[in-house]
Amino acid sequence: MGELRLMKGNEAIAEAAIRAGMDAYFGYPITPQSEVLEYLTLENPEETTGMVVLQAESEIAAINMVYGAAGTGKKVMTSSSSPGISLKMEGISYIAGAELPCLIVNVVRGGPGLGTIQPSQADYFQATKGGGHGDYRLIVLAPASVQEMADFVDKGMELAFKYRNPVMILSDGLIGQMMEKVELPEQKPRVTEFDQSWVTTGKTADRERNIITSLNLDPEKQYLHNMHLQEKYNSMKADVKYEMFDCDDAEFLLVAYGSSARICQKAVDVARSRGKKLGLLRPITLYPFPDEIISKLARQVKGILSVELNAGQMVEDVRLAVNGRIPVYHYGTPGGKIYSPDDVLKAIEEKLMGGY
Amino acid sequence: MDIMEIIKPENLVHQRTPLMTDATLSYCPGCGHGTVHHLIMEVVQELGIQEDTIGIAPVGCSVLAYDFMDIDMSQAAHGRAPAVATGIKRLWPEKYVFTYQGDGDLAAIGTAETIHACNRGENIIIFFINNGIYGMTGGQMAPTTLEGMKSSTSPYGRDHVKMGYPLKITELVAQLPGTSFVTRQAVHKPANVRKTKKAILKAFEMQREKKGLAFIEVVSNCNSGWKMTPVRSNEWMEENMFPYYPLGDIKVDGKIVKDLMKDLM
Repeated sequence: MGELRLMKGNEAIAEAAIRAGMDAYFGYPITPQSEVLEYLTLENPEETTGMVVLQAESEIAAINMVYGAAGTGKKVMTSSSSPGISLKMEGISYIAGAELPCLIVNVVRGGPGLGTIQPSQADYFQATKGGGHGDYRLIVLAPASVQEMADFVDKGMELAFKYRNPVMILSDGLIGQMMEKVELPEQKPRVTEFDQSWVTTGKTADRERNIITSLNLDPEKQYLHNMHLQEKYNSMKADVKYEMFDCDDAEFLLVAYGSSARICQKAVDVARSRGKKLGLLRPITLYPFPDEIISKLARQVKGILSVELNAGQMVEDVRLAVNGRIPVYHYGTPGGKIYSPDDVLKAIEEKLMGGY
Repeated sequence: MDIMEIIKPENLVHQRTPLMTDATLSYCPGCGHGTVHHLIMEVVQELGIQEDTIGIAPVGCSVLAYDFMDIDMSQAAHGRAPAVATGIKRLWPEKYVFTYQGDGDLAAIGTAETIHACNRGENIIIFFINNGIYGMTGGQMAPTTLEGMKSSTSPYGRDHVKMGYPLKITELVAQLPGTSFVTRQAVHKPANVRKTKKAILKAFEMQREKKGLAFIEVVSNCNSGWKMTPVRSNEWMEENMFPYYPLGDIKVDGKIVKDLMKDLM
């Protein structure tokens, strides 16, 4: 068993980054994720593992530092919260276009605009549909506990290198700020073991020069590049991950991710204690989305409620998976307001079971 | 004398560096970009550091710089080259890292990245090609466009009341303690080409010795954007650009060597 600690989600991400043998972190302060940069500057891993930690002048600079460093094949990450992630979107689009592996953490807060510093899931569309310009996708992981905040750092980096694609951990202010027991992984050595065939580390005599770019002025080449990207995104289905609670005999289903799934888990427990056959599906990867299992469950349950801390975003993907076969409803509170399990139970009664 | 009599190895005075690729330069005839490309690659070749050099291409006319320089390169988003260079250099401190940027890229959209990379004293070289215009997009006003100068977005001439003053970003970064070597050069005449090459060599040697950031501005022409013949554009540059952007070293070994206040007046 690894070392046990009581930590904030943001601190767990930072500690896990050091232990994963991350080569660099570039960031900029923003509530509610500033603890990531604070923790890293305090721990000062440059002295121990050699991991570079740098506070950039902006989120824009931070993501472009990631772009440069990732292009040399190193393991690099950044973190921010919603308004900061919007600023990073230009760079993320370039990173996706140039096919660079990296990890981006979004500790989501309510929007739009400066919004609120309270937790929210209103960045679902931005994270799963691309976010910046162009046809691209990120792999999106949704942690529902401080433990998963720690676990998804190494897992995310592994997926980033597997697909040479940016990976986003889509957390929120609730998971980022709450403290839980976390079992930390062993310290991995910070070794640079990667495929050197594409990186910009200096042209050696035995190979052609390497160029990191997202530019193809020839439309035919850019078309082919896009088709290659789409093929890659489709292949990511192999890494779909989800968790099911009480789904075996469920007549009604909740779909919720991250902190919302924690609230829904409680709601399912209460509903079960009242004899209601309610289940919960928790997508762990939001992209690739677990549409196959939802499609399968749509043959079993009478209706689905997508419960999200927003005005209704993931519900669109659930509806696509269900394809009109059963009713799919949304329950949520946008703008940083958090529902209780009781609120969810009430919504289940009114929206989901009301019609039956 | 027959031409073939002249072109023979023993008459060679200057050889094209093999570190320039065979790709045809995408720059307009008469433009200074190609000369600066050649100079950088000549220095990299002479120092024998091709294996350890990484360049960052900007957005602008030199967006395709990576097609011409036979080294590993990374193409950056508009204005972000100094941040990209920072990311590379921090992880590969023994490598030589440079950015190659135009005036719009470096002194407008990328001002923050430029100032802060300079202020941190990143151990990199920033090449700044200043021709006072957005060349690639077709001749719009740049941060360094001179007062009264016409462009497609200042068709009646730049008026500082509406459009602000031409930005002397090189004098600005010279004042930051993070910069070590700041110089302004040109490549329109052989003597200037030699001086610029000397500055480039010094900058790479400084990087080897980890002496901090080197910032090399090259005041260049844009005959297409300025709508002049190449020869006339060079004359115009001497008459109008150099008085506002005077050539010479501004900071050497961390010390200001010019009366900046006089230049800024």
